[in-house]
Amino acid sequence: MRQGERRYWLDRKENVDKVYWGVWVLCGLLLLVEPLVHKHAEFAFEDWFGFHGIYGLVACVALVLAAKALRVVLKRPEDYYDRP
Amino acid sequence: MTGLELNPAWTLLLGAALVPLLRGRWRSAWVVALPLVGMAQLWLLPAGEFGRLAFLSSEVLIMRVDRWSSLFALVFLIAALISSIYSLHARDSLQPAAGLAYAGSAIGAVFAGDLLTLFLFWELTAVTSVFLVWARGSARAYRAGMRYVLVQLLSGMLLLFGALQQLAATGSLRFEHIGLDGPGGPLIFLAFGIKCAFPLLHNWLQDSYPEATEVGTVFLSAFTTKLAVYALARGFAGTGELIWIGAVMTAFPIFYAVIENDLRRVLAYSLNNQLGFMVVGIGIGTELALNGTAAHAFTHIIYKALLFMSMGAVLYRVGTINGSELGGLYKSMPWTTAFCIVGAASISGFPLFSGFVSKSMIVSAAGGEALLLTYLVLLFASAGVFHHSGIKIPYFAFFAHDSGKRCEEAPANMLVAMAIAAALCIGLGVYPAPLYALLPYPVDYVAYTGSHVLTQLQLLAFSALAFAVLMRTGIYPPERRLVNLDTDWIYRRLVPGALGVLAAGWARSAGFLIQVMTAGGRRARAAFDRAAGVDGLFARPWTTRVMAFYVALFLLAFLLLSYR
Repeated sequence: MRQGERRYWLDRKENVDKVYWGVWVLCGLLLLVEPLVHKHAEFAFEDWFGFHGIYGLVACVALVLAAKALRVVLKRPEDYYDRP
Repeated sequence: MTGLELNPAWTLLLGAALVPLLRGRWRSAWVVALPLVGMAQLWLLPAGEFGRLAFLSSEVLIMRVDRWSSLFALVFLIAALISSIYSLHARDSLQPAAGLAYAGSAIGAVFAGDLLTLFLFWELTAVTSVFLVWARGSARAYRAGMRYVLVQLLSGMLLLFGALQQLAATGSLRFEHIGLDGPGGPLIFLAFGIKCAFPLLHNWLQDSYPEATEVGTVFLSAFTTKLAVYALARGFAGTGELIWIGAVMTAFPIFYAVIENDLRRVLAYSLNNQLGFMVVGIGIGTELALNGTAAHAFTHIIYKALLFMSMGAVLYRVGTINGSELGGLYKSMPWTTAFCIVGAASISGFPLFSGFVSKSMIVSAAGGEALLLTYLVLLFASAGVFHHSGIKIPYFAFFAHDSGKRCEEAPANMLVAMAIAAALCIGLGVYPAPLYALLPYPVDYVAYTGSHVLTQLQLLAFSALAFAVLMRTGIYPPERRLVNLDTDWIYRRLVPGALGVLAAGWARSAGFLIQVMTAGGRRARAAFDRAAGVDGLFARPWTTRVMAFYVALFLLAFLLLSYR
């Protein structure tokens, strides 16, 4: 942020921490309410407790790690195609 | 009244031609009025077939109005209206004119009842839309536009050859279900596949869309690829190959999206991923799946336009759209930020946003047909699209590390266009019944069950958790000023490089060949001079007997050659 500018809520580090832990709390709550909801799953494994949550977590971590590895192979300087 | 004059395509195409003649407020009113008039025409248009004309030995059918074509025409008109409003700040008349002509061509194509009419409008979408890339004015955009239009025209040529094969085999040009086994089927499939950005045929999309103007990309995002989805649904519904083609399409672009720095290119990759869902639906081919494809195309056009509009506004105000140079813009552009988040929530399929009510139909259809692997890939892709489009786009543009960049909020016309799109995203998400009522088949599907909502929220919340943890631990790959190789490398580097090597080799061998040939040429010339010169073979007087002999010889040869 710049000098003399209005201070926004997100400019304070403790508020960013609140958002971060808020995501954890949200995930916890969604697991807690699961027994209250009747799941009508397409496949049997979807009835496992927290399947969609765990799947999403694993999928995204795997996605990012794979993409990071992919970048090593695929990255080129920004002007790669503009060079003769 | 034949119905033919009610085709909104004429309104947009002819109206677009008049745009350059108008100035100021008149032009603004005109470009906004054209899609509205088109909508009124569509409202009045009865179902049926209009404009049946004899052509060669067959006939063409200019307009076929049914639930499929009406649905796509409606969403194309909505996209044209939103994009027109979004373009009002632009001083040049080229962008709205090209954009509206492009929209008109796409509408003409969805109404086309035969393959020849489809081909004509198919090509027209290519040549009108390339101006939206060229309007950027840079040499880079010019080259990207050339590559784009060449690929599009190639797709058109394949479609034409396929259509002629069908005509030769069946005597009909009608555009009905074709299938891969049908006459001309493989060529037409390939033509549709190029425009639909199938894996390995996809890269024209990520290559060209981010090079267009901020207005151009919004227009481009709506029509070409969804026209291809429409054509695939008409011609190849239930083609099993489309299931795995679509599944690959949903998955592989998201890896690129994670490491791409140009945020509009990130959106182009996620557009490709969303097309994958629609293609899977076409491949499954049940009524639920096809309804899902149609519904997803409808909602997708609107939220994708919204996302491209928000990134276009950033590009317009800040002058760059690289994630590495942005951040903290929510302070300067709070409205744009809010609209972007609505688009992000919609594409991610958050309950109460439009993506949820359409994407879940396709995923349920895959589950209902017990396609385990496809189902798991679609779940992975749903998590992944939230990860890169839902979080990455708003996060790197508007939050993240404050770049210190301060700018004005987007112009009023952009905000109005984004507000309309955002309202539609939320409206369709909260109350999907009007959309379901327009779908090609009767809808017996409830999106909002406790199970759907909970499982989707779990998937999304834990994906967000993954992002948050990876970001905080510094594992997430930072935005860098890099380009990533994709299949365009083949025709931008590999082929030109190989041609360069070949050309150098040719230049060397050509020198040798010319020497050989000139030496040979000199000898031939000398032989001819000898034969035709004084006392040469041809200059001598020949006797009648010899001439008669040669004439008889020629006649004999002629007789033998024509003897069967």
